[in-house]
Amino acid sequence: MSAYGIDKRHHTLTVLVENKPGVLARVAGLFARRGYNIFSLAVAPSDDARFSRITIVVDVESAPLDQIVKQLDKLIPVVSITELAPSAARERELLLVTVEVSPETRGQVIQLVGVFEGKIIDVGHDRLTVMLAGSPTKVDDFEDLIRSYGIVELQRTGRVALPMLERSDDRSNLSAKVLGFANHTEKAG
Amino acid sequence: MDPREMTGAQALIKSLEMQRVEVMFGLPGGAILPVYDPIIDSSIRHILVRHEQGAGHMAQGYAQVTGRPGVAIVTSGPGATNIVTPLADAYMDSTPLVVITGQVATSSIGSDAFQESDTTGITMGITKHNWLVTDANDIPRVVAEAFHVATTGRPGPVLIDMPKDIAQATMEWYWPEPSDLDLPGYHPVTRGDPELVREAAEMMLAAERPVIYAGGGILKARASEGLRELSERTGIPVVTTLMARGCFPDSHPLCLGMPGMHGNYTAVTAMQRSDLLIALGSRFDDRVTGRVDAFAPEAKVIHVDIDPAEHHKVRRADVAIVGDCRLVIDELLMALDSLGLPHSDATRVGSGGTPSDAAPGAPAVPGSPAASFPRDRVDLWRAKLGEWQIRFPLVYAQTDAPGELKPQFVLETLRDATPDDTIVASGVGQHQMFASQWWKFDYPNTWINSGGLGTMGFAVPASIGAKVGRPDKMVWAVDGDGCFQMTAQELVTASSERIPVKIALLNNAYLGMVRQWQEMFYEERYSEVYLSPDLPDYVGWAESMGCIGIRVESPEEVGPAIDKANSIDDRPVVIDFRTDASEKVYPMVAAGASNDEIIVDPSLMRGDN
Repeated sequence: MSAYGIDKRHHTLTVLVENKPGVLARVAGLFARRGYNIFSLAVAPSDDARFSRITIVVDVESAPLDQIVKQLDKLIPVVSITELAPSAARERELLLVTVEVSPETRGQVIQLVGVFEGKIIDVGHDRLTVMLAGSPTKVDDFEDLIRSYGIVELQRTGRVALPMLERSDDRSNLSAKVLGFANHTEKAG
Repeated sequence: MDPREMTGAQALIKSLEMQRVEVMFGLPGGAILPVYDPIIDSSIRHILVRHEQGAGHMAQGYAQVTGRPGVAIVTSGPGATNIVTPLADAYMDSTPLVVITGQVATSSIGSDAFQESDTTGITMGITKHNWLVTDANDIPRVVAEAFHVATTGRPGPVLIDMPKDIAQATMEWYWPEPSDLDLPGYHPVTRGDPELVREAAEMMLAAERPVIYAGGGILKARASEGLRELSERTGIPVVTTLMARGCFPDSHPLCLGMPGMHGNYTAVTAMQRSDLLIALGSRFDDRVTGRVDAFAPEAKVIHVDIDPAEHHKVRRADVAIVGDCRLVIDELLMALDSLGLPHSDATRVGSGGTPSDAAPGAPAVPGSPAASFPRDRVDLWRAKLGEWQIRFPLVYAQTDAPGELKPQFVLETLRDATPDDTIVASGVGQHQMFASQWWKFDYPNTWINSGGLGTMGFAVPASIGAKVGRPDKMVWAVDGDGCFQMTAQELVTASSERIPVKIALLNNAYLGMVRQWQEMFYEERYSEVYLSPDLPDYVGWAESMGCIGIRVESPEEVGPAIDKANSIDDRPVVIDFRTDASEKVYPMVAAGASNDEIIVDPSLMRGDN
């Protein structure tokens, strides 16, 4: 098991924000001052230049998800929040790792990268740099296996995610819950 | 020259005029200098404060009595950091403020320039939103957005940081249409969900021991009239939190007064024994709930709040309604209609008028609201509450002994010697609790204090702002000697601007509330709480600031001193009441204790009252 393992504590929020200076600081500052834990965070422009998308994996043991979402929604530049439970999301993450190789292990590492459908993107005398994109579980597994060869440097991007597509007409399986509050009222379940 | 062409500074002031700003509180400095030039030609009154914190609290006092956003304007760096406390205070108490800060020129930002501070960064967590203006053409739109955000939804403070070069740059004037505002993520919900409203109405009719827990949201939403109708028609009693004092008349028979750490026994215990709490614009603050897991253990909760993040934050609500209190109360009243609850004027016994006779904003004439639908059930409950009110009143004993002028006696005398709609501002500490307990608040927006943040020194500047907002009303600040020393310099502002506020200084020579805690919880080990009654000489200090200063040391001097103060209307008055330092605020629920462990005045337990 990896330290990066997915469990029920971690929920993915994709947060559409206005593409303006300081917005990431507002989001990060909110988590800091309210004591919410961020497990991973990825930011990138969205397909609309006015907005950026922040993908945050939150630790729901640090605070109720409901509170985290509602407090986020109070930030003026936050346009919408989509919550993805781990079972309802297609999640991907990118890993870059530079690993030590000797003449004996070089072949093993190349084979392992092949099995995981990674790519060798740089080659040195006694090192290789590998890129691997995949589900967080797959990236975790690869990281565990490559570790024994000697990791020089490793970076992961943090998760990005989109909702799982429906495969039938059953709308009740809708995987994404859009929390816009535009007409939001609610009641304790 | 194109008449629409103007500087950023001119556009800023013109934008404030477009927002119908009448007055702003501020103090100039380097980075804000360009903005101060067009103020000379503006219709907006500028009040020059002596410290930027004063500007912020004055704007708060103005906002709280008028319901309109308060505006403050200060320079960069220390000017901005000095107004951080009022921003934090306004954020906690949901007070609409628009604060404008100067900033160093955009080319210098990030270079540790003279009087530079990261104002938007510093204030991010204590404003509803803030803006750093980087283009003079944005100014009218940003000002319009700022006022919109400050005053809609859950109100709060906003800040506009204005770099010097942007204020000096030229732009072409325009005024944005509402649709020009660039706020794609801001859509406050104001109307309640009809199904939830109906469910809430059914719960209200079924409850046996219901209590309306009215908070500051009632005042923000101007929902006092609706609240009174809701209470009278259902017969449900009302507690008014520290932030809500006056939203429901204290003289009304259904009013139980203030709950919480220093609330009265009946208000506290009514909530503890309740089977239904109807929280309207209140947020289950720790000073109200005491130990949360022991708070109102048998109560179901209806929670109406415009901020969805308040729902379930502290206490799980059974029905949580997002919406504006005034609109949701109206919806509740309609739902009660459809459930067959008769109208109060149809069922009222004739004892001196009905609410519909009263002028808007006037208190209900005390009288018994008559039989309403759930009356049989609720009557038993109200009988119980009546017993508690008789058994556990607020008490104190004024003696003739020298040096024992009781603060409660001062407040009762002041209350009885002033008009019923007098505005009272207070600082933070014992005097604040005594004022909230012993005043009779019968009108909305007549009580101004720092509830959430607990800012000492709030009273003097807040009272000045209140008097500017409501020059037609008498304004008294009730202050402690510790608080007074923090912001008293603003009386210079009041004197020079001819703002005749009156200050009742309850001078017990101590940081009284801290002293009380040290007496009760630290074995009377008094650590750094003694202040001295006559250093400074408060009367001399008041006189030097252009005020009338009066000293009162014995009970018989209290009434005449107040009468004299009330007769002065051309300058501020400070009365230095030398009060008994040993007097403690009761009842009290110790921090972290259950509200069931309320400590009432010891004389009630001895039975010698």
